[in-house]
Amino acid sequence: MTALAKLLRTTAFRLTLVYLLVFALFAAFLLGYFALNTRRMINDQIVRTVDSEIVDLTNIFERVGLRGLMIAVDARAGNPGSSLYLVTTANGDGLAGNVGSLEPGVIDRTGWVEAAYRRIEQTDQADHMALVHVVQMPGGFRLLVGRDLDERERLFRIVAIAGRWSVAIVIVLGLTGGFFVSRRVLRRIEAMGDKAHTIMSGDLSGRLPIAGTGDELDRLAANLNAMLGRIESLMRGLKEVSDNVAHDLRTPLTRLRNRCEAALRTAKSDRDYRDAIEATIEESDGLIHIFDALLMIARAESGELRAGMIPFDAAEIARDVGELYEPVADEKGLTLRVDAATPAPVTGNRELIGQALANLLDNAIKYTGAAADRVNGVAPEIVVTAQAQPNQILLSVGDRGPGIPAAERQRAVERFVRLEQSRTEPGSGLGLSLASAVARLHGGELRLEDNAPGLKALLILPRADATRGAS
Amino acid sequence: MFAEPNAKVARTMRLLIIEDDRDAADYLVKAFREAGHVADHAADGEEGLALASHERYDVLVVDRLLPKLDGLSVIGALRAKGVSTPALILSALGAVDDRIKGLRAGGDDYLPKPYSFAELIARVEVLARRHGGREETVYRVGDLELDRLSHRVLRGEEEIVLQPREFRLLEYLMKHAGQVVTRTMLLENVWDYHFDPQTNVIDVHISRLRSKIDKGFAHPLLHTVRGAGYMIRDGAR
Repeated sequence: MTALAKLLRTTAFRLTLVYLLVFALFAAFLLGYFALNTRRMINDQIVRTVDSEIVDLTNIFERVGLRGLMIAVDARAGNPGSSLYLVTTANGDGLAGNVGSLEPGVIDRTGWVEAAYRRIEQTDQADHMALVHVVQMPGGFRLLVGRDLDERERLFRIVAIAGRWSVAIVIVLGLTGGFFVSRRVLRRIEAMGDKAHTIMSGDLSGRLPIAGTGDELDRLAANLNAMLGRIESLMRGLKEVSDNVAHDLRTPLTRLRNRCEAALRTAKSDRDYRDAIEATIEESDGLIHIFDALLMIARAESGELRAGMIPFDAAEIARDVGELYEPVADEKGLTLRVDAATPAPVTGNRELIGQALANLLDNAIKYTGAAADRVNGVAPEIVVTAQAQPNQILLSVGDRGPGIPAAERQRAVERFVRLEQSRTEPGSGLGLSLASAVARLHGGELRLEDNAPGLKALLILPRADATRGAS
Repeated sequence: MFAEPNAKVARTMRLLIIEDDRDAADYLVKAFREAGHVADHAADGEEGLALASHERYDVLVVDRLLPKLDGLSVIGALRAKGVSTPALILSALGAVDDRIKGLRAGGDDYLPKPYSFAELIARVEVLARRHGGREETVYRVGDLELDRLSHRVLRGEEEIVLQPREFRLLEYLMKHAGQVVTRTMLLENVWDYHFDPQTNVIDVHISRLRSKIDKGFAHPLLHTVRGAGYMIRDGAR
């Protein structure tokens, strides 16, 4: 496509054409309206003055007779100007006035008519138009009084010329304006297109140019850039997950393989084989755990689980999960306290929120257990709370374990992140990532705070009846 | 090899396995036969639908992704025909919403792949038995007695005080007395959660329950079935 053809096809240019047509029609209409009204006004004025002259002349005729009328008519006809007068006999012979010749038949009919005429002392040989009134006098005489219409026609011509010019100017200005506007828009669109091509060819960090004018193209570019940002972070997440899958699955797979090889090499009895196989199954279960957790994070992140959300009480989940883990904590010599008496309405996926809370609690028990005897003076207590605030629901799990250093807290809640210390513990090690993904799926967040000492994990979810409560 | 957990199941089950993966199907048929059951195999959805509509089975084990007709459609078509044979769905799609879809389509239970055979057979046995139904008001195993109406538990003459959740745990175990009940089955039926608790929380609950009902008695009733789960039965008989 040539550059011009491209330009002509732009929306801006097409819009320009439409506006151009509208404006041209509008200008033509305005001028036409003006011309018609002026014409009517001129006609009205002619009719009024001619009528009053006819009344005058009729009066003269009645008072002093034909002779007096002829004198008066000749006197008036002698004045320069556009007035026309003619007095004729019943059969049309001219008696007085300044009309030389007249369209045939005009003088025979009384009333108003537009007719072509020539003056007596006219210099050129052209016919002129006039608006004339013919009346019949007593005795069969006819009186014609009229006004030349040259002025009216001249005005009309001026308007017609003005009309043509204004339409021409509108078209020229419109086309030039449209051309420049379209070219400007086209240039920006093309810049965006070029950038999009470089992004498509692999440079995910590229962003569309923003002119800084805050117009609709800028807003579009900003939105597309936000989308690109999201895509980039998802892609980075995907890369991270593949790296993590590679690392997290490779290590246990290697262990699995080594164990089988060792069994083949060293096992002496059925008992040995059985032990080796059981250990292998256990190891593969661990692999499945990691795999499931990775998949669940990915699905929560993709937002596709958003469909099955229902309203429920998160405080109940907190109590349930607390009750589920209480014996586990108890067995480790920890106290687990649940403080979730008031309802905490949320809309979401009950299973996922339950899983998230279970993960947090599982971590709390796991890590507090290791550090319980080292923390002096502070009871190794784990506290689970559910709190309803005006706009959000806070589910928290606080422990007295070693906590997570402030610098690492932000990273710990990112997608698919396993902190180094979690790799040595049993479980998928993806508990925080999963809880964080669940929070984001529900439009909330997972925040890690210092429990002084220990870690406090806050699962912040939007309150289900928040809007209703506010109104 | 798999005989041990199911030794107490007296009845032979007739099963239909609808699974397109040849290896997986062969393994299941063989494993179910070793456990003393009869298993037929259908390799695609249409064949499975035809067999399930014309033969009588105790339980259907249906893969979700099948050639010709997918697993959910097979179950839907059977239910539409009025065939109410319990169906367990096996699926490689393990996420929460898939399980809900499966159950909504008329499936009775759902097991994500990969699964352990111990888990599968425990669930299949529970499904087969459910048809017969053990819904008495008082469950009895040996000298242990659980009254579902008065919420009282007696071991011999001695009343045992249980927490509400412990009661439901014991109730579920006793409802399926003589059958293996897996940890995930307990989590699903007693706690109504389908997720994976990372540590073995269920074991701790079981050991608490065990300390209340078995401690100090000559014959333990609550048994751990290695590699599978738990079973309550009267060991003396």
